[in-house]
Amino acid sequence: MTINYDPRVLKAPHPVPGAPDNWKRFFSFNTDAKVIGIQYIGLSLFFLLVGGLLAMVMRGELITPASDLVDPTVYNGLYTMHGTVMLFLFLFPVLNGFNNLLIPTMIGAPDMAFPKLNAAAFWLVPVFAIVLMGSFFVPGGPASAGWWSYPPVSIQNPLGHFINGQFLWILAVALSGVSSIMGAINFVTTILRMRAPGMTLFRMPVFIWTAWAAQTLQLIGLPALTGGAIMLLFDLSFGTSFFQPEGGGDPVLYQHFFWFYSHPAVYVMVLPVFGIFSELITVYSRKPLFGYRFVALASFVITFLGLIVWVHHMFYSGTPQWMRNLFMVTTMLIAVPTGVKVFAWLGTLWGGKIRLTTPMLFVLGGLVNFIFGGITGVMLGTAPIDIHVGNTYFVVAHFHYIIFNTIGFGIFAGIYHWFPKFTGRMFYEGLGKVHFALTFIGATLNWLPLHWAGLMGMPRRVASYDPEFALWNVIASIGAFMLGVASIPFILNMVSSWARGAKAPPNPWRAIGLEWLLPSPPPAENFEDDIPTVISEPYGYGLGRPLVEDEDYYVRRAQEA
Amino acid sequence: MSTTASDLPLQHTPGHIKHDGHNLTGFVIFLCSESIIFLAFFAGFILLKLTAPEWLPKGVEGLETRMPLINTIVLVSSSFVAYFAERKLHQGNLWGFRLLWMLTMAMGCYFVYGQYVEWSELAFSLNSGVFGGTFYLLTGFHGLHVITGILLMALMLGRSFRPNNYAKGDMGVTSVSLFWHFVDVIWIILYVLIYVWQRSS
Repeated sequence: MTINYDPRVLKAPHPVPGAPDNWKRFFSFNTDAKVIGIQYIGLSLFFLLVGGLLAMVMRGELITPASDLVDPTVYNGLYTMHGTVMLFLFLFPVLNGFNNLLIPTMIGAPDMAFPKLNAAAFWLVPVFAIVLMGSFFVPGGPASAGWWSYPPVSIQNPLGHFINGQFLWILAVALSGVSSIMGAINFVTTILRMRAPGMTLFRMPVFIWTAWAAQTLQLIGLPALTGGAIMLLFDLSFGTSFFQPEGGGDPVLYQHFFWFYSHPAVYVMVLPVFGIFSELITVYSRKPLFGYRFVALASFVITFLGLIVWVHHMFYSGTPQWMRNLFMVTTMLIAVPTGVKVFAWLGTLWGGKIRLTTPMLFVLGGLVNFIFGGITGVMLGTAPIDIHVGNTYFVVAHFHYIIFNTIGFGIFAGIYHWFPKFTGRMFYEGLGKVHFALTFIGATLNWLPLHWAGLMGMPRRVASYDPEFALWNVIASIGAFMLGVASIPFILNMVSSWARGAKAPPNPWRAIGLEWLLPSPPPAENFEDDIPTVISEPYGYGLGRPLVEDEDYYVRRAQEA
Repeated sequence: MSTTASDLPLQHTPGHIKHDGHNLTGFVIFLCSESIIFLAFFAGFILLKLTAPEWLPKGVEGLETRMPLINTIVLVSSSFVAYFAERKLHQGNLWGFRLLWMLTMAMGCYFVYGQYVEWSELAFSLNSGVFGGTFYLLTGFHGLHVITGILLMALMLGRSFRPNNYAKGDMGVTSVSLFWHFVDVIWIILYVLIYVWQRSS
């Protein structure tokens, strides 16, 4: 077999991310999705540290029953900002980073549909980050009504300043919404219109399905939150009374607006992680994804059901009984599509040639935690249990099992898995495993004991508590500090391997997917004009069938670039 | 077997060639998303109106409907004018398009003026309970969209004088006209909710 190369293949390679001479591109208005992706991930990991630091001050406060480390008012600001930073400055941006890196490369598109809009969406993140962080320095301190900002607490303005912590909080959340909508329009348009020839919907990788489902949720849900935030801002700053009973308003209306978005927001975050799980479990157990079509379609079933469960956050907000029953049933139904995915992953792992690399360890750890958090989720979806444990540490423990122990683990897994592809360097496996061990043990110590504290009735959002909960809190605080320590091997690994790690081959994990047919790191326009034609379903591990036409050509091309 | 890169299918190179179609797809997705904000406001309005113990503030009888009705008729007709303007453009009649397009803009401006006159004559303010709050929020937010629509139409009008402006299609005009229809439909719902449905239960 002879291969005649097109002369274009041999031309000088594009400037690549990671080359020492062009690090400045990461600090500029760049329209290349791969640069924007790394910008998102880098910035969001910085805010993971900020949010983690806020959490550790809180755990330091909670290590003793008395309120002795910080003032209770400061503590209110700490948990409000911790939640806001972690969601709006860590989780959403980091997942948009994955979308930017993976959507174009996985579907064979040269870039996003709207590159300038994409860059603008990213640069809004530092803008609202400054607005939010700036609220620490205004009189009265940052917002302290909790991340959900329920009125009437959130519309109090005792100092009477127009620019106050809560005002800046609403502004930051609204800007974050604008940025997310800009991103979502871009991602959905790209997925709908820019797939490689031959890539039908049922030949798309599951990550693309989940990203599409998640961004659809953003498009439907976010405007409702924006609407609620506008009304909250008017109540706070312009004297309206949408949520003030004195003027005929209804504070529960805000809860509807808030949870109509913020419950689906959990699925916006967890769906791409389901995608990451599906990608990684197949690679590291060398088997096709069990029930690929069902896993793909289940994403949209979750999207649909995710939009009709929000009242389960309001079981104790004076909700009528018929509404509680209705939303209890829809909440239980979500376990069905989610269960489809979990069993598909287990079916894929079953009898596979499992390789326990760092990314796979994070996936397995995340999967175990997800099943645990899913079960406590079904418990909380049951109205009688929820009314009993609502607003206790049981809820805190449950959602941290989902949001950190599942989503966070999935994000780390994804970062390790695609690190060689987008930086062109291999990471250090040993440091990665140390990071995993510290993270898994730390996370378990941190949140497992809080289930007991919650079941015994320890309320959330208080700086001091009854001494009978002290043991659980001491263990939790040790776990939290361990998570802080876990960031050291991670940062060390990322920085040193990007600077001096071994050069990565195009496909170090022998994975199947369009992104692995590109050089590491991929050139600016990915496949440029030479887009491969997809001829089979993804994840053909062990089936011996090629993914694209002339696969050998693309493999050779990537190796010689 | 011999393979060259030039044998590979090149007819589908999405994204590399600027597709105006992407812009329309993106814009339609944006409009769907934007409609949810209005849906949220409408849902909030209905809920507040049904549950408020006293809907109308003291000294307010209700809303006058004649002037808003004229406004509604003007805005709804302007949508048809915009449609005919678009048709003229498809027929290649550039001046016909510009004239009808300017007529649409003028009707939009009349609507905004009518809103201004109505606002300035009202006996209640933004802070007059949920009645005043929802009234100014809904009409104000819609008014911002009308003004945006007029500005976008002005932009399209200006661009129509550029040579070869329509070489790559007229997706800009299609999008703006779609936006105008959207603003129009929102107003009809708003008119029914705020002006027609005046009697509180």
